[in-house]
Amino acid sequence: MNPLTAILTLGLGLSLLAPASSLAAANSGPIKIGAIFSVTGPASFLGAPAAKTAKMLVDKINNEGGVNGRKLQLILKDSAGSPEKAVSFAKQLIEEEQVLAIIGPSTSGETMQIKALCEENQMILISCAAAEVIVNPLAKHVFKVAPKDSHAAVLIYRTMKDHGIRKVAVLSSNDGFGAAGKKQLEDLAKAEGMEILVNEVYDKQATDLTDILTKVKSQPGVQAVVNWSIVPAQSIVAKNMRQIGLNVPLYQSHGFANRKYAEQAGVAAEGTLFPASRIVVGDELADDHPQKRVVTSYKQEYEKLFNEDVSTFGGHAYDALLVIVEALKKAGGPDREKVRQAIEGIQGLVGTAGVFNFSATDHTGLSLDAFEMITVKNGKFTVYRK
Amino acid sequence: MNLMRRIPPLLPFLLCAGVMVSLQQLMRATGTQYCLTQLTMSLYYAIVVMGLCLLMGHAGQVSLGHGAFFAIGGYTSAVLTTHNFSAWGHSSLGGWLQQGRVLIAKEDVFGNAILTVSPWAAFLAAMLLTTLVALLIGYPALRLRGHYLAMATLGFGLIVSKLLVGSTLTGAADGINGVPPWPLAGSLTVTGKTAARVQNYYIACALVLLLLLLLRNLLRSRIGRALQAIHDRETAANAMGINTAAYKLKVFLLSAWLAALAGVFFTHFTGGIGPSEAGAFKSVRYVALAAAGGMANLWGVTVVSTALNYASLRGWFGSLDNAVFGILLIVIITLAPQGPLKPLGAWLRRILGLRNLSEERLERS
Amino acid sequence: MDPGNLALQYFLSGITKGSIYAVVAIGFNLIYSATGVLNFAQGEFVMLGGMVAVTLAQFVPLPVAVAGAILAVAVVGCLLELLFFRKLRHHSILHLIIITIGLSIVIQEAALHLWDEKVRSLPYFTGNEISSVRVFGAAISPQVLWVLGAVGVSVAGLHVFLRYTLKGRAMRACSSNPEAAMLAGINISNMRTLAFGLSAGLGALAGCVISPITMTHYEMGGGLAIKGFAAAILGGLGNPMAAVVGGLLVGVLEAASVRYLPAAYNDVSAFAMLLLVVFVRPHGLFGAPAGAQVREH
Repeated sequence: MNPLTAILTLGLGLSLLAPASSLAAANSGPIKIGAIFSVTGPASFLGAPAAKTAKMLVDKINNEGGVNGRKLQLILKDSAGSPEKAVSFAKQLIEEEQVLAIIGPSTSGETMQIKALCEENQMILISCAAAEVIVNPLAKHVFKVAPKDSHAAVLIYRTMKDHGIRKVAVLSSNDGFGAAGKKQLEDLAKAEGMEILVNEVYDKQATDLTDILTKVKSQPGVQAVVNWSIVPAQSIVAKNMRQIGLNVPLYQSHGFANRKYAEQAGVAAEGTLFPASRIVVGDELADDHPQKRVVTSYKQEYEKLFNEDVSTFGGHAYDALLVIVEALKKAGGPDREKVRQAIEGIQGLVGTAGVFNFSATDHTGLSLDAFEMITVKNGKFTVYRK
Repeated sequence: MNLMRRIPPLLPFLLCAGVMVSLQQLMRATGTQYCLTQLTMSLYYAIVVMGLCLLMGHAGQVSLGHGAFFAIGGYTSAVLTTHNFSAWGHSSLGGWLQQGRVLIAKEDVFGNAILTVSPWAAFLAAMLLTTLVALLIGYPALRLRGHYLAMATLGFGLIVSKLLVGSTLTGAADGINGVPPWPLAGSLTVTGKTAARVQNYYIACALVLLLLLLLRNLLRSRIGRALQAIHDRETAANAMGINTAAYKLKVFLLSAWLAALAGVFFTHFTGGIGPSEAGAFKSVRYVALAAAGGMANLWGVTVVSTALNYASLRGWFGSLDNAVFGILLIVIITLAPQGPLKPLGAWLRRILGLRNLSEERLERS
Repeated sequence: MDPGNLALQYFLSGITKGSIYAVVAIGFNLIYSATGVLNFAQGEFVMLGGMVAVTLAQFVPLPVAVAGAILAVAVVGCLLELLFFRKLRHHSILHLIIITIGLSIVIQEAALHLWDEKVRSLPYFTGNEISSVRVFGAAISPQVLWVLGAVGVSVAGLHVFLRYTLKGRAMRACSSNPEAAMLAGINISNMRTLAFGLSAGLGALAGCVISPITMTHYEMGGGLAIKGFAAAILGGLGNPMAAVVGGLLVGVLEAASVRYLPAAYNDVSAFAMLLLVVFVRPHGLFGAPAGAQVREH
């Protein structure tokens, strides 16, 4: 290197400096809320609708005058599903943007990478990922709004028992969502009296799953298949099962609560059973159902604005923001510790995923009845009735 | 030529150190020191690219699997320093290891007593494992050429990443978090804690400078000349009596070490690692960064890869991050295959009225 | 199921996967043998083919949509050659590889913003999601037969084109000895453009026929390119028939490994096998050993 290159290096280095961020005084200007979603990349199924929802809801709140007379400012970061970016962005949001709280990330892997970071820096994190480890062991500042995997697993097992099913095959994808669900299905099998005969993991980019399903078919005694994933392979499982004549009932996880997947599987999806929050069957809710109003208004606004179906994953972002807004109102201002305590005191808050009741020991807030067993009938999601 | 002669050999390094210090001072003055976090991360990533500069730019061997070495380093460290070995604690081996400070007892975040491997021991284990894997894969692979070598290294990277995702020991898709700080010596500690931010920036700077110095000396030695010969005409180099196979393997090993070293430091700095680090996209990205920096230009690749990774980690381009990266790659390779620094430097020199050095003309286009 | 049927069912699932890899590998191979460029953007041609066809299928009948997609992507392929590779012909292999990587990233991002992150697919060409063809007690989706048909047509078409037409022979001449071809009055640049267009078109055809099975998604290209690359190398670069056999082999190998190992390590066994073949027989199972040497510089 010669001196000129060194000068260039210096120039390049200087240009790297981001413009000094304005350290907004804590009691004027908009209240900053950070969001880390995987808008692109392998987890974009989760992150893209969540980011859209968050933007939509913040705009709506601001148009209605904000919270306690102050506007909200959403600082959205696209992590593309990589943990190192999630860490980098979380540090940015904590140290330089000094946001009130962070919502997201969409995947449990990313959430776990920043869980300790948020706890150390006393930053409120409201995760939109499902895995149980996010809130167990409990961290004071970490909450989650996605329903618990264990609740979904219990509901699946109980529905099976109603049908006299005792022996199952478990399939899951090799991403965080699949791995967390697989663990719950394994852990709960004994307590619920189920026996797992085949337990296989497939690649999240799988193009065909006939071989794994052949393995299931060759195992005598399998009465049902449970598939736990969030990726398009969910449709492939349904199709391949019917193609090779594996005619046992198919149960899916709440990852299937996305109309696209049912559409892609076509007639093969008919009769598929899966637990999901009521947002996907909003039309069917009775008018006096507590969730009716929230679910319908979210659905209408989202579908009108983005011209696509709502999914439960966008709903998680909606709920996360709702929780923060509710706590802000209760705390009276953006004092982080007060807001944190206010979140722990939230009772009976109606969101898209269910009714939230947080406490100092329960940072999930949702109970088993947040889920409804759904089935596919004529290509549409409908509440499953025995 | 005369200009080059007059520069004392250490001047570029001193200048670079000067740039690093003034950057930090500037950030301190403007209250933007939080940018150091991403700068530190980018510096660690640059170490991987430096290794590739040596392997691809100087020895002419392509590797589409270096993300795997980064991951092997990072994961070995992460697993050993977070896994609870208390089952070993009562055995005589465990006691012996504890006396040797290989295993250390401490409390985890929830107050449970755990026994983990010390970061230094884990670091040594990581380098050892890297050596083993690099020799195992490098020995047969480096007998291949061009596209076959590319395929072999790509396949190797994929195998590593699938093993990491498939195994519960490595945390499957979630990866590993809660990796403890690494006390290097005295009060020097590799950690992501805000209080140690400046210190960690200088640790990364020092590491990068030291490696640059070592690599520069290596390239100016007999080994460097041999590598150049291999790069230009392997058959001729062989005929000259250069043991090309041995040299290629050595450089491959060295570049694997650099990647693993970066992985270990990075993992302690961010406190965790995920399987995407071993993925094909990451490996390809390193190669692309090396190409964008001018491949054989050690300073070029370091500066360009630090700058591009920094922009990406700061989230400058939001959801367009990959698109911008792809476009930059195409533009640089199309317009300035020697890297952007060379033509820029030549242009500056012309502006400043200095005589154009003939060395650029010597570079093959 | 009795053991015989079971083995057959595994074999057929291997063929299903393998046919997907094979149909991608053919396009890979053509570009490589005609221009010496290992095109990492080949997977994006496949993705684009699927995306364009799905979009067109909303307005026109399926065959027209498929034809339109092939044509459109072939044009994209020609354009890429004209814009980038024509200028960079004298760059090193590594630079060319990196340009294709850059292009693949850009095309993928463009697709994300042009369409979106959602999955879509063409309808099954015959039957529907649950129909299957029975073979001695095992079953296979009729769409796989379409994929195999596309493989057959592509290979036969390429064979005829490269052997018996003037253009095809000229293309082969360019690949085996560019200087001599130039002296013989062949316009090498145009031949390269044609090769890019052809293999982009073949990629698009692949994208259409596999769409009902795998579904189409903006990120699908990378994975398919790697598997196609593997298939082409396994068979031996430069020979379309070898690529097909390579692809089917990779598929069958994956399916067979599911039988004995946890499916999580499916790809591990496939790639470990591939590494072994590449180390022992770098020119592939059916390639000629000399081929590797010619392309050294």
